[in-house]
Amino acid sequence: MRRDSGLAARLWAICIWTLVGFFVINLAAMIASVVVNSFGTRWFATWLPSGYTGRWYALAWNEFQLPAILIVTVEVVGAVVLLSGLIGVPAAYAMARRDFPGKRAVLLLFLLPLLVPPITYGIPLATVLYQAGFAGNISGVIMANLVPTIPFVVLIMIPFVEQIDPRVEAAARVFGAGITRLFVTVLVPLLMPGVLAALMLVLVRTIAMFELTFLTAGPTSQTLVVALYYAVFAAGVRPGQSVDAMAVVYMVTTMAALLVALRFVNPTQIVTRGKR
Amino acid sequence: MAVVSHEFKELRLDGVSREFGALNALKDVDLTVKRGEFIALLGPSGCGKSTALNCLAGLLPLSAGSIWLDGHRIDTLGPERRGFGMVFQNYALFPHMSVRRNVGFGLVTQRRPRAEIERRVEEALALVRLTGQADKLPGQISGGQQQRVAIARAVVVEPPLVLMDEPLSNLDAKLRLEMRAEIRRIHQVVGGATIYVTHDQDEALSLADRIVVMREGRVRQVGTPEELYGRPTHPDVAEFMGYRNLLPSVAVADGNLLSVTISGAKVRGVPIDATPGQVTVAIRPEDLTPATDAPIPAKVEAAEYRGRDFYGFARADDGTALYFRSEARVAPGETVRLGAPAERVLVYAEAFAA
Amino acid sequence: MSVPELAQSGVPQRASHHVPLRVRLKQRGLDGVTLLVLPGVFVVLALFVYPFLYGLLLSFAPKEGGWLKNYAAFFADPFLYGTIFTTLLIAVPATLVNVLVSIPVALRVRLMYRQRLLTTILVIPITLGTVLVAEGLLTYLGPRGWLNRVLIGIGLIDHPVLLIHNYWGVFLSLVITGFPFTFLLTLSYVTGIDPSLEQAGAMLGARARERFWRVLLPLLVPGLTITLALSFVQAFSVFPSAVLLGAPSGPTRVISIAAYQAAFEQYDYSMASAIAMIMAACQVVIVVLLLAARGLFYKGPASTGKG
Repeated sequence: MRRDSGLAARLWAICIWTLVGFFVINLAAMIASVVVNSFGTRWFATWLPSGYTGRWYALAWNEFQLPAILIVTVEVVGAVVLLSGLIGVPAAYAMARRDFPGKRAVLLLFLLPLLVPPITYGIPLATVLYQAGFAGNISGVIMANLVPTIPFVVLIMIPFVEQIDPRVEAAARVFGAGITRLFVTVLVPLLMPGVLAALMLVLVRTIAMFELTFLTAGPTSQTLVVALYYAVFAAGVRPGQSVDAMAVVYMVTTMAALLVALRFVNPTQIVTRGKR
Repeated sequence: MAVVSHEFKELRLDGVSREFGALNALKDVDLTVKRGEFIALLGPSGCGKSTALNCLAGLLPLSAGSIWLDGHRIDTLGPERRGFGMVFQNYALFPHMSVRRNVGFGLVTQRRPRAEIERRVEEALALVRLTGQADKLPGQISGGQQQRVAIARAVVVEPPLVLMDEPLSNLDAKLRLEMRAEIRRIHQVVGGATIYVTHDQDEALSLADRIVVMREGRVRQVGTPEELYGRPTHPDVAEFMGYRNLLPSVAVADGNLLSVTISGAKVRGVPIDATPGQVTVAIRPEDLTPATDAPIPAKVEAAEYRGRDFYGFARADDGTALYFRSEARVAPGETVRLGAPAERVLVYAEAFAA
Repeated sequence: MSVPELAQSGVPQRASHHVPLRVRLKQRGLDGVTLLVLPGVFVVLALFVYPFLYGLLLSFAPKEGGWLKNYAAFFADPFLYGTIFTTLLIAVPATLVNVLVSIPVALRVRLMYRQRLLTTILVIPITLGTVLVAEGLLTYLGPRGWLNRVLIGIGLIDHPVLLIHNYWGVFLSLVITGFPFTFLLTLSYVTGIDPSLEQAGAMLGARARERFWRVLLPLLVPGLTITLALSFVQAFSVFPSAVLLGAPSGPTRVISIAAYQAAFEQYDYSMASAIAMIMAACQVVIVVLLLAARGLFYKGPASTGKG
């Protein structure tokens, strides 16, 4: 529909776009200042550092044991993605295809971990995991991170499964396909785009998931984001530039994951799936 | 009846065009509408009829041309300032407001006194015969009732012009027929001009004083229902108006008429701006009937019983497809001879591209 | 929707009407496929519901004292119960700013053709996460950071304004990480409103301002209350920003910090659980209030009945 083109309307539009622009510019500047600082030799009273160097990265690499942490991050994220897929997709299939007594309760059960913020359930969860002996090493971290991701996968996949006409499955059965053949030749190919989308989103969210890992990790099972937190926390002890170097490494990791994810999903889904 | 529209004499569209990128949604549309007229914009999907309506409403800006209301130029005004009433295809009733508040919306915008609003809303509801439903929400009433609310809402502000965008397309067949009569009645009571978009030629024929047939953004023909039914000026208009037999042929002069050859047989027809040479012949299936002395031999391939008659499909000897009507029973496999009276055979100079 | 019943043909229809258990279960929707739900359900029960209940019970079993001692201690100690107000003081304004600003921006953006670029940019802060944003703000908002330089440079202020290690840093970080989430939610609600409703309003003479108040806003309110609830819950749980970017010993000592300290510095898991329960309770109260308010408004689809 045509927009009002009066003066007041145009001023209002300018106002809004200035606000948005302000937000974006500040965001970009914030990121840029971290990157610049990580490459600067010394940066005190000037707009830009007095010189540039890459040694902070080398420093951070060793001081913060980045290789080990990156490996842990890959292990944790990989396990979470794999497990939430293996558990979540079949569960979504069952939820979409069957109407059983108690289904609404199960749906609520899957909805709750997405509505309650991680820190709130993380503390009781960490308590239990410590008592059970899982916390403090990687298994506890993986278990904790499964709590929000399995429901996330389920709630994303349910509409995907519902989209597949059940008569397609019935037709396959009529033509003699057993359950495994049905799965492999019919369901998996049809669901694959949705599964990839869901798993990419899990990847992105788990890399950035701080609270759960923070509460359950031991010194050798920290993911990158938790290690970064500790680095910033102890920033008085270490040079700020090396902390920023680590921050840049983290940023590159998340942005790379985001770029991969965006090939499969719409940016809105990273946020709003399961909330509407 | 109190719901009558303000004085206006004439609405004029002058070279109205609208481009959408490289696409010409509307091209050079000229039209004059007089007060009291019921105009139908008729055409297939994508012909530009809804675009034209939205441009009239002010919901879409023009790329070229102008629109005039009694000598005042209105295409530069936004929809809020034009004062037209509009009935949307999906009714667009405000779901959070009762029927009464929906209908009164435009009056509240005009800041009318409360007593006046109540009175006029009651009158509008009475006009559309919906008095008992005033306090229900749109979600609580049926499709046909929602449609009446949409009409009441559009006419209560006494607009000079009422625009309707395929309002009956979401109703079932029986309701559509009922509402057709209602719309015509309401138009007459309100007294302004109505511009009605439809793709259904029966609706247009029964409702309109004049029909504007459009195709690919251009006006193809403007005329009364009789003119369009009996004398379409172009083969594509003929096709849209139900002339299912559209046959390329060659014509020779024959007194005032032209003689064309169909499957080797000689048929006489009325020229519509046609001269001897390559022509397109248009015949309504209703006019093409079997008779022992008819010129075109053909073999029946299918026949449909319709109660009063049969609607058949036959192929002539040279493979030409022919749709015809027969009062007597015909069966597939039979041979018939088909013909039509000369004044019902229309001959066009233009070729017809489907 | 269930797969149509294909396997019924083998059921004997005898006078005794004996229907095998498997078939009866299947008619009620319980068969092998349904069991696929179980692993997921088990995980959520074991790692979400059970810890919550365990924590609840644990909160009533302090190291010493009666079963309400934790809660009594919490509400008796200003250092502890003050965290509720501190958190509210940070979370409520941040949420309000996010939601109120997201409305006009969303209304504008829905008219855009190339929304995807903007939404992608906005997703970046969420992807980066709260820790990175905290570190970034520490650099950017610092006394020698670019923001202060620019403000001094254009003459708005003559010495750096203190934006880190205090309330404002945390507030700004909540806006940066919270606004995209709020905005995307609001945008989805705004685009869910049938555009023909606004067109109808315009045809009936209503200008943009009037259309907003009489048509758009009433239809948005149900969705906005949900957005408010979700955004508030997220903001109320602020943790790493409050520590890194705030002053965790005082002005930005939020309730999550209190819970964390109880668990990992004082090793008083009972108290930590109690604080977590109180935190959850605060969130539930506000959400319930918002949902109750929502119940007063029209909740149906934001489009017309037919068509």
